[in-house]
Amino acid sequence: MTATQEAPPLTPDITVAPVMKRPSKRLPFPLVYWQTAVGKKWIMALTGAALMGFVFFHAIGNLKMYMGEEDFNHYAEFLRDLLYPILPHTVALWLLRIGLIVAFGLHIAAAASLTRMNQKARPVRYQSRRDYLAANYASRTMRVSGIIVGLFLLFHLADLTWGVGFINSEFERGEAFANVTYSLDRIGVAAIYIVANIALGIHLFHGAWSMFQSLGVNNPRYNGARRAFAAGFAVLVAGMNISFPIAVLTGVVG
Amino acid sequence: MNLTLKVWRQDGPHTGGRFETYQAADIKDEMSFLEMLDIVNERLIEDGREPIAFDSDCREGICGTCGLMVNGQAHGPQKGTATCQLHMRTFRDGDEITIEPWRAAAFPIMKDLIVDRSPLDAIVEAGGYINANTGAAPDANLIPIPKPVADSSMDAAACIGCGACVAACPNSAGQLFTSAKLNHLNLLPQGQAERWKRTEAMVERMEQFFGSCTNHGECQEACPKEISIDFIAYMNRDYIKAKIKNRKLQGQGFP
Repeated sequence: MTATQEAPPLTPDITVAPVMKRPSKRLPFPLVYWQTAVGKKWIMALTGAALMGFVFFHAIGNLKMYMGEEDFNHYAEFLRDLLYPILPHTVALWLLRIGLIVAFGLHIAAAASLTRMNQKARPVRYQSRRDYLAANYASRTMRVSGIIVGLFLLFHLADLTWGVGFINSEFERGEAFANVTYSLDRIGVAAIYIVANIALGIHLFHGAWSMFQSLGVNNPRYNGARRAFAAGFAVLVAGMNISFPIAVLTGVVG
Repeated sequence: MNLTLKVWRQDGPHTGGRFETYQAADIKDEMSFLEMLDIVNERLIEDGREPIAFDSDCREGICGTCGLMVNGQAHGPQKGTATCQLHMRTFRDGDEITIEPWRAAAFPIMKDLIVDRSPLDAIVEAGGYINANTGAAPDANLIPIPKPVADSSMDAAACIGCGACVAACPNSAGQLFTSAKLNHLNLLPQGQAERWKRTEAMVERMEQFFGSCTNHGECQEACPKEISIDFIAYMNRDYIKAKIKNRKLQGQGFP
């Protein structure tokens, strides 16, 4: 028996047919959350929190750039040796990477499926102009900013992790500092980094607040702090990330 | 004052609609929005034309029957006010007012500005009953309820079920309505026995009809009873718990 609590059947008083199909078979316990929109929002919030942790520590790590080539490369090498000798070289790093790939996958899959649901919920749009009161630029462009960040992620990996020839022809494995300074010294690439990080900041501004609401972390005493946290986090992460291309272009680094 | 109205006209559920323009002349400041429409309709009838169909009942903001999209805002520009309590003094002479019905897949248009909101009833229906002892009325205050709990529950119970939250939501989500209906019972000691069963059933019924919340906060701005989106957070928390609690209640334990 996997069902927990089914809603009773609809009575004839309900003159509108259901718009969404509910799954006919319930999955076993933790997977059942994937079958509902509220559960998917929880998954989006939890994976979002994990990804926020990643972007934060990624930016903190990259601040070593300001300490010079030796420190930066040493830090890059340290990441490969994380938890060594408990685990062999790069194993801890790969475990973290797998976690990130899973988090990205679930975050994007949940977003895509909820977007489809929302489109089905209002097939005919308002024919007059809507006047939004609370929805801000960030909340209404989550899908666009998310796609920009996702595409940038692929570009960033191709540029500085895989070293794809036509994006970063001077790429040399293990020379993290030389790679990043070469890449960001090109004005076009620097512009891509800056634009993508502005999109990331906008995405975080709504996401970091929205996360609390989706998880039900709500207490009238601290609700003001949630907005402040989201704004602070978005500015901090985007600010650190945007400083790198500017520092390389102006010659502060490299 | 003299106004120009752009009103959505639609003959039936399955026909297309269009905006039609009407002149509303000599409208008084102290009229309510619906009284203004009554005047326009009387003149339409005098001219032998079809009056504009719209829903209304109590006209004092407590029944939840009225509801129009006025200039792109659910229930019009005044905060915490249903359409029937919106007065014409909020508009200026010469204004053009656009009036549209609620739009959502779950709220099909019946005629002009009237929509079928029975999916909201479907959610309440899914909630079922609460246990209460019958017989003589119990003494007042027999069950002690902390003041903040009573206040919060009362805030949720203020929901009149007009559907403005769904109409205002960019995703047509029914979260504010469902969370208000859930929390006015879930917070009180009387509602505890069926709390988890009710939460699961009502949320899943809601998801048969409405979209998913993306935390814009439009619903609480549109709500004529100013119900807070804090209740949505409580509902999200209770729903995840309900999945675990309901298994426990069936003796399945965790995990």
